[in-house]
Amino acid sequence: MKTDPKGVLTGSHYLDGDFACCEGALAAGCRFIAGYPITPSTEVVERFARRAPLVDGALFIQMEDELAASIAIQGAVWAGKKAMTVTSGPGFSLMMEHIGLAAMTETPCVFVDVQRGGPSTGLPTLPSQADMMQARWGSHGDYEIIALSPNSPQECFDLTIDAFNLSEQYRVPVMFMMDECVGHMMERVVIPAADKIEITPRRYTKLPPGQYLPFKPAADLVPDMFKAGDGYRLHVTGLTHDFRGYPVMNAEVQEQLVHRLVDKIRLNAPKIWRFEETGVDDADVVIVTYGITSRVASEAIDIAREKGIKVGMLRLVVVWPFPEPRIFELACQGKAMVVAEMNYGQVFYEVDRSARGKAPVVLAGHGGGTVHNIDDIVKKIEEAHRCRS
Amino acid sequence: MSVLNELQKASLSPSGGQTGPEKHPMDDFLRMDRMPHIWCSTCGIGVSVNCFAKALEKLAVPLDDVVVVSGIGCTGRVAGYVKVDSFHTTHGRAIPFATGLKLANPKLKVIVFSGDGDIIAIGGNHFINAARRNIDITVICINNFNYAMTGGQLASTTPEGSILSTSPFGSFEFPFNLPFLAESVGAVYVARWTSLHVYNQTNSMIEAMKKPGFSFIEIVAPCPTIFERQQKMGDGLDRLRWYCENSVIRHDAGTKEADIRLRDKLIVGKFVDKERPTYLEAMNAHYQERLGPKYKVYEG
Repeated sequence: MKTDPKGVLTGSHYLDGDFACCEGALAAGCRFIAGYPITPSTEVVERFARRAPLVDGALFIQMEDELAASIAIQGAVWAGKKAMTVTSGPGFSLMMEHIGLAAMTETPCVFVDVQRGGPSTGLPTLPSQADMMQARWGSHGDYEIIALSPNSPQECFDLTIDAFNLSEQYRVPVMFMMDECVGHMMERVVIPAADKIEITPRRYTKLPPGQYLPFKPAADLVPDMFKAGDGYRLHVTGLTHDFRGYPVMNAEVQEQLVHRLVDKIRLNAPKIWRFEETGVDDADVVIVTYGITSRVASEAIDIAREKGIKVGMLRLVVVWPFPEPRIFELACQGKAMVVAEMNYGQVFYEVDRSARGKAPVVLAGHGGGTVHNIDDIVKKIEEAHRCRS
Repeated sequence: MSVLNELQKASLSPSGGQTGPEKHPMDDFLRMDRMPHIWCSTCGIGVSVNCFAKALEKLAVPLDDVVVVSGIGCTGRVAGYVKVDSFHTTHGRAIPFATGLKLANPKLKVIVFSGDGDIIAIGGNHFINAARRNIDITVICINNFNYAMTGGQLASTTPEGSILSTSPFGSFEFPFNLPFLAESVGAVYVARWTSLHVYNQTNSMIEAMKKPGFSFIEIVAPCPTIFERQQKMGDGLDRLRWYCENSVIRHDAGTKEADIRLRDKLIVGKFVDKERPTYLEAMNAHYQERLGPKYKVYEG
């Protein structure tokens, strides 16, 4: 369906990624943000605090901490809103328990993490991409989520809408993995007219109370939803639960539920994967990268090509679920891989695993604080090229 | 008399009342398909759930609009047994979940039902901030002075001298005085009762749910399996007798005086009942004043 025009700031703007993310949320129909200030993500909620009073039905609340922010949005979702929270590393760590709750209760919502250097307080004002594995599996227990990684303010707008749509389609918390560079860089952001913005409505049940089972999945493994106040009088719990939503403490129901929570993303992954390939067909070396690092890597590719190495790029737009078969395919074609990311090997291990020994995989890692030195990536390209031959 | 009427009605029905077990008055309010519940015999939680059902009945609020939110622990299981929309959230975070629910749909009647460890210790930050903001929810806190579900550990409400598994030589920590805390951070309605005071706690629940803003009721309740046994205070019935002999109803008591000592008199009553704009009332009034006609009053 088309989005509600009330929140859409149609036009051409000069915005930073944080502001663009906020506009993307409004354009996606997000009407509730609970936040807690943390650098470098604060501008997202500052913008929303200013915008919400003038968008009918929108509300911003600054909570007392990230634990509160990350569960207040879930209360709002079960009352019928589309909702999001925004944070950075230390706050993201605090939110982990409620990412697990959202996964377990299949609450559609968006968590924005504008990544900064870590561990701990780390580098509050400087970038990293070191929360990627935390985004995937940071909460306890077994579950799957979806994570997207924008590489420009325009994508902060566009992909925030996609993040909401994916969260509604699969009833899953979606991690929006920005970084300090993308969050703070300013570029042109074009916001289309509302009738050009497709949004996924919440999949509410059409069954009447009495017939509807809140956690019985549809064919795509995702159950339809209800909201509080609709007369269903149902129960939602973070405990292991059956189709009725009732707690059940045994291995059979655990298997049925958790296997489905994992499978609803894994089996639908081909529909969720999203990556951009540039110059991959004739390439001997493929750089696998995402977010701001993809923009540094594209310069490294130009330099390497001038040196006579055929290099292409696979940029992950959706990082989780991970497109394993495509990486395997490229590896089978004998293309060496360089994984460029602002950490010391998170997505790298996935690429290496997916290549299954068919091609060399080299890490171009970086501790964060600034983007990669272009020459360092060029050296890794050369190393991968040597390994290949 | 009413029981006789029911029997008469049953015998006059075409099937002679032989169709199945008699309907219990709580059937409409409880998830009977989840019975038996997990609570111990003579635990005080069930008493308060019963009072809550009575309060809802008397309040005549449509049950479709009522939402119960719980955290984790023995009292945290309340949400699972009440037949309204109910959410069993994470440990300590029932109040911020309820905040999101209420702000997203102000028409809902949102009640947080949870224990002292959940609401006051791990969830203490949320408790004080929701009260400060005057979020329009009712918080019913069953205080049994210990972490019962995990086997009876020291809580932030445990009276000094109490023996528990993590205070084996008796607690030496200064406990929270919940009414004093609630009042000091801005709750508009504050009451304390024990499990003995069923009419009083029912009435307080009605008043609290009617009251716009953050209302708080503490129910001092027996945990005979752990707390009373460890303190050698007898069983649940002995504890009710103790409440009967040692509770003093003092509506006029300053909350500061209402601290709880293990074997001293227990002050109960309605301590606070005052007016203050709720979060949404304050927000709407403020934005109307600041932004003028371009602000549309937020109604959810």
